[in-house]
Amino acid sequence: MASHGIKDRVAIIGMGCTPFGEHWDKDVDDLIVDASMDAFTSAGVTKDDVDAYWIGTATSGSSGMTLARPLQIQGKPVTRVENFCATGSEALRAAAYAVASGAYDMAMAVGAEKLKDGGYQGIASPKPAGDGTARTLTAAAMYSMIVPAYAKKYGLDEDQVMDVLATIATKNHANGAVNPRAQFKKAVTKETVLSAPRLAGRLGVFDCAGVADGAAAAIVVRAEDALRYTDKPLYIKAFAVSTGTGSGLIDPDYDYTHFPECEAAANDAYAQAGITDPRHQLAMAEVHDCFTPTEMVLMEDLGFAERGTAWKEELSGTFDRDGELPVNPDGGLKSFGHPVGASGLRMVFECWLQLRKEATPERQITTDRTLALTHNLGGYPGEMVSLVSILGSELG
Amino acid sequence: MRGIVTAAGYVPYRRLRRSAVPELLGSGGGKGARSVASHDEDTTTMGLEAARLALGSVPAAAPSALWFSTPTPAYADKTNATAIHAALQLPAEVAAFDLGGGLRSGLGALSTALSGTGSTLVVLADQRDGLPGGPDESFGGDAAACFLVGEDGPGAPVIAEMTGSASATDEFTDRWRTPGERRSKVWEERFGETRYLPLGRDAWNRALKAAAVEAGAVDRVVVTSMHGRAAKAVATKLGVGEGAVVDDFSATVGQAGAAHPGLVLASVLEQAQPGQTIALVHLADGADVIVLRTTEAIGTWRAVRPVAAQVANGGELPYGKFLSWRGMLNPEPPRRPEPLRVQSPPAWRAEDWKFAFVGSKDRSTGAIHLPPSRVSMQGGAVDDMEPIGLAGTPGTIATFTVDRIAYSPSPPIVFAVVDFDGGGRYPVELTDVDVDTLKIGDRVEMTFRRLYSADGIHDYFWKARPVRAHDG
Repeated sequence: MASHGIKDRVAIIGMGCTPFGEHWDKDVDDLIVDASMDAFTSAGVTKDDVDAYWIGTATSGSSGMTLARPLQIQGKPVTRVENFCATGSEALRAAAYAVASGAYDMAMAVGAEKLKDGGYQGIASPKPAGDGTARTLTAAAMYSMIVPAYAKKYGLDEDQVMDVLATIATKNHANGAVNPRAQFKKAVTKETVLSAPRLAGRLGVFDCAGVADGAAAAIVVRAEDALRYTDKPLYIKAFAVSTGTGSGLIDPDYDYTHFPECEAAANDAYAQAGITDPRHQLAMAEVHDCFTPTEMVLMEDLGFAERGTAWKEELSGTFDRDGELPVNPDGGLKSFGHPVGASGLRMVFECWLQLRKEATPERQITTDRTLALTHNLGGYPGEMVSLVSILGSELG
Repeated sequence: MRGIVTAAGYVPYRRLRRSAVPELLGSGGGKGARSVASHDEDTTTMGLEAARLALGSVPAAAPSALWFSTPTPAYADKTNATAIHAALQLPAEVAAFDLGGGLRSGLGALSTALSGTGSTLVVLADQRDGLPGGPDESFGGDAAACFLVGEDGPGAPVIAEMTGSASATDEFTDRWRTPGERRSKVWEERFGETRYLPLGRDAWNRALKAAAVEAGAVDRVVVTSMHGRAAKAVATKLGVGEGAVVDDFSATVGQAGAAHPGLVLASVLEQAQPGQTIALVHLADGADVIVLRTTEAIGTWRAVRPVAAQVANGGELPYGKFLSWRGMLNPEPPRRPEPLRVQSPPAWRAEDWKFAFVGSKDRSTGAIHLPPSRVSMQGGAVDDMEPIGLAGTPGTIATFTVDRIAYSPSPPIVFAVVDFDGGGRYPVELTDVDVDTLKIGDRVEMTFRRLYSADGIHDYFWKARPVRAHDG
């Protein structure tokens, strides 16, 4: 029993991604059609060429009909998947595994979410109350508990941690500012970040990801068929999922300074892809910066920085777009926006652009490396799912 | 011998300083302060807290009935006593009844239990409202009391027996409120005063005669009434010795209606010596008098948290917050969806967890699961756990945060990760908390609260509250 992965057996041959943001004039069907048509055009195929479909959405639809109806997919297998904020990546994983198994020649993954119709700030989806004992805290509050915990563990004061978080917000906003698809195309200063009203704990509005509408899509085929469709396919090197048991919440040993689910998913993915030194082998990474402290902790969980040093690396620019390992060069959840079911595929879309050197020149990263990582987490510290993907522009 | 086996009062943490009322309204208020139930408390939760304190003094006690009396119930039709019954994990054979209605019903429940049979847990609670600036708002109070009444027994001896009692009943309209209203109305005070004086004197004389005791031999007298003038007037006419009439907490708690005689009596018992005579006079639509004599056993009985300590241990509540908690002011809520109503079958399935904070403990690894789990988070044992109740276990704050955007009936939510003494961790909302002084490492205890209400269903569950220096 082992996690073998599907390294170099499947390739992405076409992608699409809508701008993320407040699409008051589009419903989820429109977003799905826009992203899907861009992906068909990108791959040079039509919907009839695709043998099977997966649609990832957390709250914007149920069943495969969420995709089959707007695209009018006739007589094909279409399945909806959901796994919190890893939903979009799960759709791609399902499509890629289906092709790797030999079941289909061509599969498509679409992720879509329509959040801005809810009428509330933040992500608000009322759930049945059940026995009435589940906590009602916001995600911002749960992640805010990292700040004092991280400060205490590594001998910082909380103001120092807040300065690091403002650096992360500033970096990701600067990246989003030059990305035409980003929700917030505006750079912000650290002073603006630090003086924003506090929402939860010490986290202010600039510490939180943008709530957005959007969709993204990818088409996959067997690796050996990829060059029939594009001369620059993206090869899938690894998919790894780690689903927590939720016991971190009630485990007295959990200290709110790391996410074991993310570390486990990363280690599995690195093993599948044959990566031994991610910081020096990866060209870039798109990580799930739902809140600024999340990105800080992830730099350690994903092996980009030693434990207790991510804060220094963020301050010194290691993860800037022109740094040693660019993290969230497209702006991340922070400024690109976070339509839950679409985010995983949006991250892959950024890898697609950057590894194919197709980002606009002002934001194209310069590197000889050919591997990129995407990471999602869904849930809260102590109870989350995590998914890590590794993609490469070359075989082997 | 039959009598009171244990007693306790419960005074909520918050206080409204009466002088804060004219600071806003320009008039009203007065001297001193009143107690204020938190936005997450009601008569059921306060009654439970009193019951936990009372039973904490006599772990061997096993009530055979639970009577809950309040004029301000959380539910009509649905019995409120059953939530208290569930939170105390009393066996199903123990009956739980609401003895509801008027300001007289609390003392009626106690006196009926004292002259009845079996081991009865009598719980009294009240929450007094009034319109802004009015006397009821300032001089009412919120509190609960609990008495276990039964026969003398091993591990649970009688600490005070009833030696006499009397009632004087009359029909007249002095104070009234229609069901569902929060505001009471009163007739011109002098009329009530002239009614209560003869009724009080009549009941007092007959009770003393029944107890075969002279007024001068009564060591302590408690006189309570929502009619403050009548209570004062009756107290001066009892013929008891100087200093026998005890402080009725008017200045520090306010008059907590039907619960108030119980609250003051519990406090008197906490300070009483063996062989003392204690009389209780309550004026509401008549007069009721109970005469008690303390036994030797009261010398070894100890209150878990004396009323006097609770009275001394209040935290001031801004008047604006008070008004919003009482529904007199409607501040802008967070722009978040309101929670849906609690579902009855899941709440019933989770009864011990929801009402009594009972988790499960893995028999092999000792890992504690909150809520209870069938499969262990350590070692993988299945269906090999024992229940573990942590409602009475204090804990320490491992970390905490303040959520300013989550829905709450009184934002913001203060939330902490609590490590319980002896094992177990649970992330839980804090209450009765002054967030500016909160620190990692602070000590907390569990308290039963009403989280919110939707579709008229109250969501009862547990929160944690700081353990304060006076709490003992």
